Amino acid sequence: MANSAAVGTTGEAFIMPIERGKIMEFAAATRSRNPAYWEQERPPVPPTFLTTQMFWQEWAGEGANPWHAVELNQKRGMHAEQEYIFHGPPPQAGTTLTGQSRIADVYQKEGRRGGTLTFAVMITEFRDESGRLVAEARLTGVETAQVPGESV
Amino acid sequence: MTKELLTTGLVTTGPPPLVFGPLSRTDIVRYQGASGDMNPLHHDEIFARAAGYDAPLAIGMLGAGLLATYAADWLGADNIRRFRIRFMAQVWPGDTLTCDGTLVREYEGPDGPLADVELACKRQTGEIAVRVWATFAREN
Repeated sequence: MANSAAVGTTGEAFIMPIERGKIMEFAAATRSRNPAYWEQERPPVPPTFLTTQMFWQEWAGEGANPWHAVELNQKRGMHAEQEYIFHGPPPQAGTTLTGQSRIADVYQKEGRRGGTLTFAVMITEFRDESGRLVAEARLTGVETAQVPGESV
Repeated sequence: MTKELLTTGLVTTGPPPLVFGPLSRTDIVRYQGASGDMNPLHHDEIFARAAGYDAPLAIGMLGAGLLATYAADWLGADNIRRFRIRFMAQVWPGDTLTCDGTLVREYEGPDGPLADVELACKRQTGEIAVRVWATFAREN
């Protein structure tokens, strides 16, 4: 069962350098041949690229990722929604972002097929070297009443 | 066209769909490595079975990434302002995914013209696996 006391838990800030090679690797994995990613020295990040925060957050140490505090059951947990907001053009390779995540919400809803669903929301803010808020990521996870793969 | 859309609420279909598949286990592993999300549910048979699945399932963010590729080619990589993803159905290795979208609204934002699009990534069965609501800046 997810822990609703996790709301407000804030992780330590983590560094996320935006790198050209990583953007090309991500473009390849998402089947993009867009010259904006492949032919520019300082390509912009693709729309879902900030998901790579997981790598930087993991290596920054436990304290950087407040998601652990939610204690969502991994076997009954699923990714429900994900949102990226850019306050202006997307950040480019060569920029070093600083990210910081917080647990914004934990709430429950009755599922359409019965059983209680527990949702948890984590917001990550990304700032550039000048401290300007350039992007936000909003992760919504859900814990179902049954194991997702189980037939009911 | 902007004015027409504003006044009539016309829906405009995007470019031809991006079709990707059949999805291999390697496609999934490549995406996981690139993204940094190494959840074993998407590549580890033993882990997936213990979690109640018959086999490792694809990762939802790969479908979202394909929709991002489609939308960036259509409306411009630098123009992305908002990308909201909802995961609707599970995707499995062997599936063929078809990504397309429609322009639903053009309007004036605080920093210039914006366009809202709705995107869908469908399995070969027609079932929608991933839905996206996105906003792009429009060139003046």
